[in-house]
Amino acid sequence: MIVGNRKSFEEIVGMLEGYRRVLVLGCRECVTVCAVGGEREVGVLASELRLYYGREGREVEVGEAVLERQCDYEYIDSIRSLVGDYEVVLSMACGAGVQYVAERYRERVVLPAVDTTFLGVTVEQGVWSERCQGCGECVLHLTAGICPVARCAKSLLNGPCGGSSGGRCEVDREVDCAWQLIVDRLKALGQLDRYREIIPVKDWSRARDGGPRRRVREDMRL
Amino acid sequence: MRTRSNVERILESGGFVVTSECGPPRGSDGEVIRRKGEWLRGVVDAVNVTDNQTSVVRMSSWASCLILKGMGFDPILQVVCRDRNRIAIQSDLLGAAALGINNVLCLSGDHQRFGDHPRAKNVFDLDSVQLIQAVRVMRDEGRFLSGEELRGRPLLFIGAAENPFADPFEIRALRLEKKVRAGAEFIQTQCIYNVERFERWMGMVRELGLHERCAILAGVTPLKSVGMARYMKTQVPGMDVPDEVIDRLKGVPKERQAEEGIRICVETIQRLREIPGVRGVHIMAIEWEEKVREIVEAAGLLPRPQPTETQEQRT
Repeated sequence: MIVGNRKSFEEIVGMLEGYRRVLVLGCRECVTVCAVGGEREVGVLASELRLYYGREGREVEVGEAVLERQCDYEYIDSIRSLVGDYEVVLSMACGAGVQYVAERYRERVVLPAVDTTFLGVTVEQGVWSERCQGCGECVLHLTAGICPVARCAKSLLNGPCGGSSGGRCEVDREVDCAWQLIVDRLKALGQLDRYREIIPVKDWSRARDGGPRRRVREDMRL
Repeated sequence: MRTRSNVERILESGGFVVTSECGPPRGSDGEVIRRKGEWLRGVVDAVNVTDNQTSVVRMSSWASCLILKGMGFDPILQVVCRDRNRIAIQSDLLGAAALGINNVLCLSGDHQRFGDHPRAKNVFDLDSVQLIQAVRVMRDEGRFLSGEELRGRPLLFIGAAENPFADPFEIRALRLEKKVRAGAEFIQTQCIYNVERFERWMGMVRELGLHERCAILAGVTPLKSVGMARYMKTQVPGMDVPDEVIDRLKGVPKERQAEEGIRICVETIQRLREIPGVRGVHIMAIEWEEKVREIVEAAGLLPRPQPTETQEQRT
């Protein structure tokens, strides 16, 4: 899923300065699962804002809505009349959702309430961790199913570096060394010989470095 | 010989190599390099010049190398993958060769997190193994990483680093093998305080026959104080400082700890020289370059072989 962090209340209030009608818009996909922009979080933020404006003696109307997805225009378009009542949409979706809402409502100001961070997994209740960078050329078959691009701080394809210590990364002692995990897994699979292969220079043109990406399935197009 | 490197020449003649390093200043004052160079004159066979070590911005490695070259040294250009992509790195390698630099040390580079610009974007387009490959392909095949031909091959003697003390220990020799297969001709190791562990690693290296395919230069760093030893042990990832080293420094008065640190360093060099497959030492006297002469002399490694005419810069 896509994981994010909610921006600080101060930053959000700063962005909303001067507006009088705000719609807080959540999403039921990834941001609901990682508890940053679903129905619950929309309710909490909207209440916080109402309390704040009430205390400040300012008349700001704060509305709430949650879409199935903010990355499909059918859902976004379904609230056109509601959006018409507000000056600003404060989206609690990932960066893709924020932008797509803005594209569909060009006459409205659309602001982000979330800092989108990574593609990851739930490690335990309340903990998520990065697994994929969408580099466009998966190497997991070469690295025992553990991604060095996303999980090594230096994205080393022929790691580990000299800072791997006790299974941890030199950058953050809370973070596993991806190459320690790879070596351990190769050993467990009886494939440590694979470590000896040099992984060649990567084709970064398939990652974001090649420019914004687009996928077309001609057979699906109408 | 593939290059005009003084290190390559001494290794080919069967000699024991002594290298040291010079950290460029955090400013544009070339005198700092010249002063450090004076301390090393006649003491070492080549001088590494670090590339923004510990991710702190410093004078560029190639510019500092050029100053040392002008003083008659054979500099070793350190190149890290953190700050430059394959376009910039290949360009710098061509430029370094054009300036008469004969050696390159290929490194991944410290993460910027601990440097003076922790908010910087890192690059890591290549890793150290791929960087070694790039230099070898450029030099021996006359091609860029793209496969296209280049004119005027960069005649660089290819070095790499390895840390025998980092984890996982069991692949540390296999990782060296990758570097050797990629094209590394000499290796400078992380500083050695735990000689037993280094010997075990050398055993694995010899088992793979790597000591015959590349020259291992064992790294040492003299300790200035017990405080420095503790810092290295606890704060520097992948560093192994045994308690007996710390205890030995603790056992002498504060004002004599530096002297004791030098003594430990000299004894370490003498032990390292006895290990089969060790072809030289790399003395990293961090902001203590003035002590290198004393260490090399006490270790019985003076005088150094004179560079021959072939080492002179082409005019």
